[in-house]
Amino acid sequence: MTTVLQFDDVHLSFGAVKAVNGVSFTVEEDELFAVIGPNGAGKTSIFNVLSGVYRPQQGSVQLEGQSLLGMRPPAIARLGMARTFQNIELFANLTVLDNLMLGRHQHLRYGTLAAMHWVGRARNEELKHRLKVEEIVDFLELEQYRKFPVGLLPYGVQKRVELGRALAMEPRLLLLDEPVAGMNLEETEDMARYILDIRDELRIPMIMVEHDMGLVMDIADRIMVIDFGTPVATGTPAEIQRNPDVIRAYLGGDAGDLGDLSDAEGAHP
Amino acid sequence: MTSLTTRWGRPELYTSYRQDMALLNTRSKVLGTVAVLVVAAMMPMLVSDNMLIILGSGLVLAIGAIGLNLVTGYAGQVSLGHAFFVGIGAYAAAVLSGDPDGRYLGLGVDFMPFWLIGAGLVAAIFGALVAPLATRLRGLYLAVVTLGLVFIGQYFFFEWNEMSGGPQVGREAARPELFGIQFTVDNGFKGGWTEEQKLYWLFLGVLVVAAVLARNIARSRIGRAFSAIRDRDVAAGVMGVNLTRYKIVAFTISSFYAGICGALMFSASGHFTPESFSLLMSVQFIAIVLIGGVATISGTIMGAMLIALLPRLASELPAFVPFLSSSASEHPNIFEFEQIMYGVLIVAFLLFEPRGLFGIWHRIRTYWKSFPFSY
Repeated sequence: MTTVLQFDDVHLSFGAVKAVNGVSFTVEEDELFAVIGPNGAGKTSIFNVLSGVYRPQQGSVQLEGQSLLGMRPPAIARLGMARTFQNIELFANLTVLDNLMLGRHQHLRYGTLAAMHWVGRARNEELKHRLKVEEIVDFLELEQYRKFPVGLLPYGVQKRVELGRALAMEPRLLLLDEPVAGMNLEETEDMARYILDIRDELRIPMIMVEHDMGLVMDIADRIMVIDFGTPVATGTPAEIQRNPDVIRAYLGGDAGDLGDLSDAEGAHP
Repeated sequence: MTSLTTRWGRPELYTSYRQDMALLNTRSKVLGTVAVLVVAAMMPMLVSDNMLIILGSGLVLAIGAIGLNLVTGYAGQVSLGHAFFVGIGAYAAAVLSGDPDGRYLGLGVDFMPFWLIGAGLVAAIFGALVAPLATRLRGLYLAVVTLGLVFIGQYFFFEWNEMSGGPQVGREAARPELFGIQFTVDNGFKGGWTEEQKLYWLFLGVLVVAAVLARNIARSRIGRAFSAIRDRDVAAGVMGVNLTRYKIVAFTISSFYAGICGALMFSASGHFTPESFSLLMSVQFIAIVLIGGVATISGTIMGAMLIALLPRLASELPAFVPFLSSSASEHPNIFEFEQIMYGVLIVAFLLFEPRGLFGIWHRIRTYWKSFPFSY
């Protein structure tokens, strides 16, 4: 297996607040890597470092061997990093199709003058990429919403459109920030199915931040737990469930009142 | 191919994405556009020359307003400096086409496409120079900074007398002339076309080209990038949209349109003074965009026509409203009323129809689409 992402000893602080404090992990080919931790643990900060919105003070981040540090978000996007946001960040006035086409922005190759006269290059490129976008419409079952402005769509569908927009970028690595936040059971199961399909069919490695423990334990290949910006543990779902430090950090209590997360033998006395 | 594209019973069924993506992708859009164009082209035969002057000025305003709508409506960068770019265009055209031996600066190039596109390009260069401001500032701050442009522009237009003729004196505007057709020469008495008719057709032609190009930009990756920057700039960056680059593109194209508008704005009167390019002109363009509809091209044209017709509409009012006077020495008079109408229209549209005239049109269209069912 080849390593897609190497995140090595990254430190990010805002004044005295250490948002990310020496976090290291790798993401392998075809892997669904989950990051969990309490609110304010630094999960979204890690995503913002990855997509170039924040610049860490220390450490190294490499996507397929290429260092991302100091690069601006559009340049990182061009290298193949796509993400969804915790609070939907769709372009609300644009239609579903336009949002998906925006995902293909960097793949569409024509300039302003070609756009002005349209006939020729611009139209051919738009048509070619419309076909790609239609594959995503098909994949995420968005057919009936194509021409709706996304601002008018229900929340669950908006989440799906946002996932579609990220997929339209044809990413090498996909970052999912709370893909099922605020969803009901049915929508969550649909989303889980899409995520597994992305891993197994489209073979795009993913990093997922999520609070829904059931979902994370069910579908993630490996999990990293962080707390106050510091890594607590990394491992398979089974290992994480048994890790005493995780139980302490995550549930804030001692292992006794653990119940479903771990069995009694794994917890320390 | 024909067997695929014509289907029994459903002649308008799309069988390709190309049909779906066409600008006029329904039969009613095709028919409607053709009808509007035919009526617009017939206008000089239907209405008086006085009315044509008003309509022609609306067409020219529409060109400039489309430019403002690209930067403010589509890309979301509020600009109060549009009058500055219109002024640059007007002076660039006047200088390029002006008499080299005359009193004011002139290069003596009569060929209209040259000075028309030249005026657009000079304004576009200024737009590109100003654009980096927009990458540092946004919203109200950008509005205030672009407001400053108007004052800087006024200073130069007032003081650089060799170019502008100076305040209250002014200079000759560029005279449109192409392939022997002198648009500003009246041939009406010889049985030919009058000046007003020829100018109207010229303006209509330029507007149609300008509108189609703008519409193409709006539906391309450039237009999508503009909207992305307007709606969510951080997300746009993460999606691979280079914010700096597209803000510069938006300002450049917008200023190009402003320059073209400025070059044609004074063709009818043949003369202009630097006082024209005041804050009031910027506000007029903002009003057109708001009243016509933010981020629509057809709406902008409707808005420009309404604003151009406003003085005429106001002058018709005393016939219906007895207490309104048409003399400036009495109060309330139509000139006051016209000013008030401006403000009332802006406030009313923002409150009741934020999508402008286009929104009203859209509502009528949807109503008739599903007629006689209300949903």
